[in-house]
Amino acid sequence: MSSENRAEENELIGRAKKGEFEAFEELVSRTEGKIYNHLLRLVNNPSDAEELLQETYLSAYKNIASFKGNSTFSTWIYRIATNHAFMLFRKRKPELPLDELPLPTHEELKRREIRDWDFDPADAAQSGEVREILTEAIKELPENYRAVVLLRDIEGLSTAETADALGINEGAVKTRLHRARIFLREILSSHFAPEELEAMEGK
Amino acid sequence: MAYDKLSCKEILEKLSEYIDEELDPSMCDEIDEHMGDCPPCVAFMNTLKKTVKLYNTSGDEVEIPSPVRTKLHDFLRRRCTDEKE
Repeated sequence: MSSENRAEENELIGRAKKGEFEAFEELVSRTEGKIYNHLLRLVNNPSDAEELLQETYLSAYKNIASFKGNSTFSTWIYRIATNHAFMLFRKRKPELPLDELPLPTHEELKRREIRDWDFDPADAAQSGEVREILTEAIKELPENYRAVVLLRDIEGLSTAETADALGINEGAVKTRLHRARIFLREILSSHFAPEELEAMEGK
Repeated sequence: MAYDKLSCKEILEKLSEYIDEELDPSMCDEIDEHMGDCPPCVAFMNTLKKTVKLYNTSGDEVEIPSPVRTKLHDFLRRRCTDEKE
């Protein structure tokens, strides 16, 4: 964010803190698109995403006095939105599993005859079929990991911003991101290099 | 050999930081050296890089549907005005 935009954002936040709804609404308009997308990808359900979006901004409005400006407004909103999504997950599935996604071993890589995928990812990402595979793979991730990969690899936040948005430390972001990427790689390789799995199954 | 195996495990754990250029240079050199002589690790790293790149380039936003936006703003105007009172 440029210093000019940051100054403008700070001015809006200052006015919102004084209770000026129009200034708050402008902050909503500037961030609602990416927050809606984040929630939709996180919860996979448009009506839940819509409800969470409303709760997120209402909560932001009520707590705007506590926004210290150490991060951008959007990182702060990502945090509130993600917290609300996790409250919903816990309500529906009270014991949120602390999944530890495994890493493959070096021996396993050798045995599976891992081969490079023969396409350019920037071109492949334009295909509707590939996008569908990518979307479906994300849904398979446990929520804790899904949130990290969405923020880092899809929405493009830095490690520090992701840590801030999720209320975890940077080390935890890196660990979860790495395991999530490997999990996704495994799913994608079952589509892009099915012979890898056949080698693993000894076919 | 024991050193090599440990090194492989560490390398597999560090690959994302390597891809994101978040590792210190000495660790990068060690990974580069390993990659020079380990085709499975190279293929694994390349496919991991492609996984990341696919997600980096696939994240175009769905525009917030107009009724969702309208309901959000109506909801906030109503509730935030209540807060003030």
